Amino acid sequence: MADRTLTLAIMDAPYEAAASTTAFRIIGAALAKDIRVNVFAYEGAVALTMKDQAPHANPVKGTSVEEEAHPTTKDLVAALMAPQLRWVNCGLCVDERGTGNWIEGVTRGGPADFFAMAMESTATLVIPTR
Amino acid sequence: MSQTRYVFIESRDPFDSADAGFVPDAATALHARGRPVTVFLVQNGVLATRARARGSHLARLAEAGVAVLADDFSLRERGIEPAELREGVQPASIDALVDLIVRPDTKTLWH
Amino acid sequence: MRILNIVESAYRGTLEEQDDTVLWLSRALKNAGADLTVVLRGNAVNYAVRQDCPPLTIGRTTIQHPARPNEYLAKLQAKGAKVYVVAEDLVERGIAAQGCVPEAEPLSRADLVDLLEAHDQIWHW
Repeated sequence: MADRTLTLAIMDAPYEAAASTTAFRIIGAALAKDIRVNVFAYEGAVALTMKDQAPHANPVKGTSVEEEAHPTTKDLVAALMAPQLRWVNCGLCVDERGTGNWIEGVTRGGPADFFAMAMESTATLVIPTR
Repeated sequence: MSQTRYVFIESRDPFDSADAGFVPDAATALHARGRPVTVFLVQNGVLATRARARGSHLARLAEAGVAVLADDFSLRERGIEPAELREGVQPASIDALVDLIVRPDTKTLWH
Repeated sequence: MRILNIVESAYRGTLEEQDDTVLWLSRALKNAGADLTVVLRGNAVNYAVRQDCPPLTIGRTTIQHPARPNEYLAKLQAKGAKVYVVAEDLVERGIAAQGCVPEAEPLSRADLVDLLEAHDQIWHW
């Protein structure tokens, strides 16, 4: 049973910032260490879990969808999803972005949830957007 | 009373950001107060790690005794070889970063 | 748990209903009971300048309720949050203290380190 908890607040929309890559790496590394992880996805980060994301072929590279085999961000979240991971999308951010059709395991919440998660955590890391 | 530790995750580089002095200023000030401080460079923050990079604050950090780690994935992604790193900068894994930030009495700030 | 919210990024949220989403989040955290201090640094020091943000019209639509950063700072203070603005960052931007709202108390960069020490969590936005 995990006795440490890490809460992260993330903000960047999919594919727009290197910070998203690092956030996923931190989440994965923490889960692998049996650390419970809470993610508060704020602003553009609520789009990371959109079920409607679809991979594509790449005409510039001349590759097919199958050849690319490139996971979308929702696939990355799904690959991390575990009982120790709690992923909360900020509801107002979801509403104004139309990103409410999300993958299984994700829940809707708000700043009060982020505060509650931070209060119960060993550590809280805010990864801001620029 | 246990000692408070600080981890600064620096994602910015001095070539693109006019605010690159913030982390060195805060880190050296805290270290001067006796606080253990680690600066973990990530993403383009590692662009300052080449020994020949100009305008880097990393020498100041190392001279002050602040531990400076550089994300190994970010280094590899940018083709920065270990032999190119300036003295005092150590490659480190994301696992090491997680270990640092979940230690008790640790405050972490992402810049 | 004492939280230090350091706000640096500024004027990203003109299209967003919450305006500056970190000042908004700060208010929400206060409403949730957080023991919160807010520091404006970098370009966010401009939020301390007395300002009246204009409405924005795009095509046939207008954002009728523009951001009111001064009001957000006042409401944070009214809720019990201490609000600081980094003095050197004001000077760098040619902002005179007398042009700033009283709710944002000037703070030196050196004294910011004291705040880092005095809070349990440091969230830099």
